[in-house]
Amino acid sequence: MAESYRRSQWSHGLFILPYLCFFLVLLVFPLFWGMWLSLHKADLFGPGRFVGLTNYTRVLADPVFLQALRNTIIFVAVSVPALVVIGLFLALALNRTTRATSFFRGLFFSSSVLSVTIVTLIWRFVFIPGDGLLAVLFKQVGLTPISFLSTSGWSLFSVGAATVWWCIGLPMMLFLAALQQVPQDLYEAAALDNASGWRVLTRITLPSIARTIVLVTIIQIVLQFQLFGQAQLMTNGGPSGTSRPLVMYIYEVGFVRWDIGRGAAASQILFLIILVAAMAQYIVSSRKTEA
Amino acid sequence: MSASIELENVSKRYGALTVLDDISLSIAAGEFVVFLGPSGCGKSTLLRMIAGLEDVSSGTISVGGRRVDTLPPGKRGVAMVFQSYALYPHMTVRQNMAFGLENIGVPKDEIGRRVKAAAQTLEIDHLIDRKPQKLSGGQRQRVAIGRAIVKEPAAFLFDEPLSNLDAALRGRTRLELAQLHARLGSTMIFVTHDQVEAMTLADRIVIMNARRIEQIGTPMEIYQRPATRFVASFIGSPTMNFLPLTAIEKGQSGLALSVAGLGRVETSFPSQTKIDVEGASLGIRAEDLSISAEGETGIPLKAEIVERLGDRTLVYGVLGDGSKLTVEADGRAAVRAGEVLQVRLAPDTFHLFAADGRAVRGGQ
Repeated sequence: MAESYRRSQWSHGLFILPYLCFFLVLLVFPLFWGMWLSLHKADLFGPGRFVGLTNYTRVLADPVFLQALRNTIIFVAVSVPALVVIGLFLALALNRTTRATSFFRGLFFSSSVLSVTIVTLIWRFVFIPGDGLLAVLFKQVGLTPISFLSTSGWSLFSVGAATVWWCIGLPMMLFLAALQQVPQDLYEAAALDNASGWRVLTRITLPSIARTIVLVTIIQIVLQFQLFGQAQLMTNGGPSGTSRPLVMYIYEVGFVRWDIGRGAAASQILFLIILVAAMAQYIVSSRKTEA
Repeated sequence: MSASIELENVSKRYGALTVLDDISLSIAAGEFVVFLGPSGCGKSTLLRMIAGLEDVSSGTISVGGRRVDTLPPGKRGVAMVFQSYALYPHMTVRQNMAFGLENIGVPKDEIGRRVKAAAQTLEIDHLIDRKPQKLSGGQRQRVAIGRAIVKEPAAFLFDEPLSNLDAALRGRTRLELAQLHARLGSTMIFVTHDQVEAMTLADRIVIMNARRIEQIGTPMEIYQRPATRFVASFIGSPTMNFLPLTAIEKGQSGLALSVAGLGRVETSFPSQTKIDVEGASLGIRAEDLSISAEGETGIPLKAEIVERLGDRTLVYGVLGDGSKLTVEADGRAAVRAGEVLQVRLAPDTFHLFAADGRAVRGGQ
């Protein structure tokens, strides 16, 4: 009996074998290979030589890397709260079943299905100097148009605006799903308890969806640290690197300058930053929920 | 504090669908009233309308002489205990109970005093800093009641609050609710589909069926003098026996009825009672029938199923003409399925119903 039970448990493992193969080959192996590469002076044309932590020290001493790191942190620090707050606001506004809300849910989610190329094209039309939408509006009200994509400071902002517009669908949908899980009778009890709209939001709704807020924040931290396509296509990292994100730095080092080892080292640093940021957010919020 | 509640011509419609039709009801201050009826009869909707969770389509609702049907739920001076308890899951017991008082700006020390007093009354003071998910069903139930008590409302509204408890706990909580009502003296409205809860708790029962009130009365009035055939069949377990009439004549001291399966039955219903035999029926409760002692004559009944409940025995049988009849016998009655028994009718325990279901008065 015990023997057959043990054997049947092993056979259960067969079901996950196909997935496990892909997981090992496509995720675990590249992860460790990346770590291995980061310790070598390597290019795409052959085996490199072991250089220890030299790649890391060179990356961390590189002012271009430090500028990209700073850009990325600013970008994440602004775009993630914006995505969470706007996503939550939209979800709260659209959390009822009428024809209009269904339409707007679809509308706000529709940007998510576009490719980054289309998104950046649309936003170039908005930001481009001369004939861009904002330039026209500025002229209409008698203001001097700003060159959003080529002015230091505004360029990263422009990338952020396009990103929020592109990515808002997922947070909104996750918040909507969470809001619909909140039992209706809690709101009825709150109504009998004389709670104002603000008290209902802060004492009933937000605590009820706290887990989803943490989830959305972590997902967005992980995603937005990997900013690349929008910056590459809208500003190409410019002017003078003020909108260059970390992934673009990795791309330039690895695939433009062919220094794969250093690119791998920068990737490991980014991996570590994302891990720490997401874990920190998780730990802080789970402590808050327990308290 | 307790207040009277007046419902005048209250209706509830969802588009073309009417769920409550012209309900008028007057509840005295301090009264314990139970809304009883089958699922879907509109009793919960009526309670939610009093609470302000459903709009009133027409008619008015007053609490303590003040019209409230246009006010939001929180301004009506009523507190409600939900079937699911609806405790705020992320708040402690204390916070759950204090929330409503904080919202209306009651001073902190006053909130503390009321919460403490309610917790002591309900014996939940040792749970006060726990969250609802750490509590059992019965404890949650108490917290939900505590949340209502601290508000010192003009009336308490209970929406099937015992239905999520197991049988033993339900019995105990029922008793405690009765004690709570005696102690607080508040007006209470209690919605249930359980007739035992209604019979044991209520000062008056409001029996509802299909959008309307069928009867309002004390538990014993409802049981002994049901106003309609529906009430007669809904109250009492086992269900009242109904047998069709074949003829109605003047008897010795009242109406003499020819009843299917029973033959001629002398009653004390006044002989001048006007009732059409077509569709009329005679109602007899199982406990008003008994099994004759051996050798005595009676109406022959073939026992089909015998249910032994310990203190009593229910015999489900068939009369000579095929009509079904349920008889309640003593717990020790030696009856077996398949046996033919002689059944005796207790005099003057009959209920006479016209074709439209209305009861004919004057029988007892």
